[in-house]
Amino acid sequence: MEAGDLDAMLATLWRVDSPRIVARLVRLVGDLDTAEELAQDTFVAAIEKWRHEGVPSNPAGWLNTTARFLAVDRIRRRDTQRHKYHLVAATTPRSTDLDIGQIVDGDLADDLLGLIFMACHPILPPDARSALTLKLVCGLTTGEVARAFLAPEATIAQRVVRAKRTLAAADIRFELPGPAERPTRLDAVREVIYLVFNEGYSATSGDSWVRPELCSEALRLGRMLANLTPDDTETLGLLALIELQASRLTARVGPHGDPVLLMDQDRTRWDRLLIRRGLALIERIHRLRGTAGPYALQAAIAACHARATTAADTDWPRIAALYDGLVQITSSPVVELNRAVAIGRAFGPQAGLDVVRPLLDHPAMRGYHLLPAVAGDLSCGAGNHEEARRYFLDSAALTANTQQRRTMQRRAADCATHHAGSTPHQQDHDLPPEC
Amino acid sequence: MRYMVMHYETEAMENGVTPTPEQQAAIGEYMKESAVAGVLLGGEGVHPSSSGARLEIADGNVRIIDGPFAEAKELIAGFAILEVDSLAEAVEHARKFALITGVERIDVRRVVEFSDLQ
Repeated sequence: MEAGDLDAMLATLWRVDSPRIVARLVRLVGDLDTAEELAQDTFVAAIEKWRHEGVPSNPAGWLNTTARFLAVDRIRRRDTQRHKYHLVAATTPRSTDLDIGQIVDGDLADDLLGLIFMACHPILPPDARSALTLKLVCGLTTGEVARAFLAPEATIAQRVVRAKRTLAAADIRFELPGPAERPTRLDAVREVIYLVFNEGYSATSGDSWVRPELCSEALRLGRMLANLTPDDTETLGLLALIELQASRLTARVGPHGDPVLLMDQDRTRWDRLLIRRGLALIERIHRLRGTAGPYALQAAIAACHARATTAADTDWPRIAALYDGLVQITSSPVVELNRAVAIGRAFGPQAGLDVVRPLLDHPAMRGYHLLPAVAGDLSCGAGNHEEARRYFLDSAALTANTQQRRTMQRRAADCATHHAGSTPHQQDHDLPPEC
Repeated sequence: MRYMVMHYETEAMENGVTPTPEQQAAIGEYMKESAVAGVLLGGEGVHPSSSGARLEIADGNVRIIDGPFAEAKELIAGFAILEVDSLAEAVEHARKFALITGVERIDVRRVVEFSDLQ
């Protein structure tokens, strides 16, 4: 085999097998740095051996066995060393003998889950959590993580190093939180997955407005987590939500990279396989009798859109009801604004306006260009053209996006000539239901 | 990108020999493994061709032939759809399937995406 082919193959194997190898090593040796170092040693050993003897027909098996061997060797040496230190210090040696066989044969699913919990530890800032997770659990290189977040490679490398140092300093070793602690820790894990997904779905920086590679990493993580915690309805809710949102990814981008709003999308381009997966997850959540969490509720809203074969078929009353529930748990004004849109669609513009008006005085919403845009849209639908015109101009003044400003100015002009009165131009803002 | 991983029938499968509990457990193990890796989007096995049919179309005429069909090795026994980054990655997952289940032949094919048709 050519050296280049072997490198390419090992890069693939790293991507496919390193998460489980690192996970097992972390559990054996306790800390991330040693585990990563041993995993790299394993791959170096593979290069040396396979170059001469060819690639075995079960490379993953070979890597696992070698990693285990290297880890056991390391533990023995460390124990011997500690034992000697203890003798020198003339204290009673703490028994560090491990039943290695027992540890090595543990459940792989637990190993992976433990690795995810460790990488998403709440002690780390969110950006460090996502970088570490993508690197350790998705097997991405530092360069790939950097490209995904459009950050310099040095920044990501530093972030990862600092994260590992923080974990080590706080003596956070491999751990699988007990059943009582798991739900709260899962919150942090879900947050990382959603953060990664959202950064891909509505990129906050860069030239393109979606970065599908980040979405697919988030999906991979979400699918992993959902399989590791199959009865956790909020995790299933998160996965359902991102599967359903991802089903619209290609339809969301116009021919020139411009955003296409939900109501204007060509629904034949929605990914049926992902929709089916999302809807199946929602069924499962129902069977497990869990629907009240924020992710599960957002997923249920996304499912209403996914079930509508045309925009006109959308079940707005149901969406409005789901937003009622969501507002109660999040009490977020942005969610309330979404509820206003849904109520406007379901029960007429006036009903929507009644929900929007109190928001206009909300301090957190000051400067949020979508608020007057929604208000303008509803006023326009209700026939108050002069009021609508003022809202659209407010919105135009607040947005930093040239394309959005132009749209708002055009709609204000439409209102001034009362054209909008004869053909109420409904606009969907494709607001993120979260925030 | 998505790949369809297809495995083919053996004579025994085509003759209606159902998988042993061990084989079923092995397939379950693979499904679990690839699901936990986050790459498995879906997958199914199919019954022997004796319970299926084939449609042959020539000049707009459709001829329906009931199974079974000869040449078991040409018949798909099941498939999985994987979402991975490369053909090499799909092949690695297929290799695991092969080693776990002991099937005799597997094809790995890339799924056509909407963007491929532009």
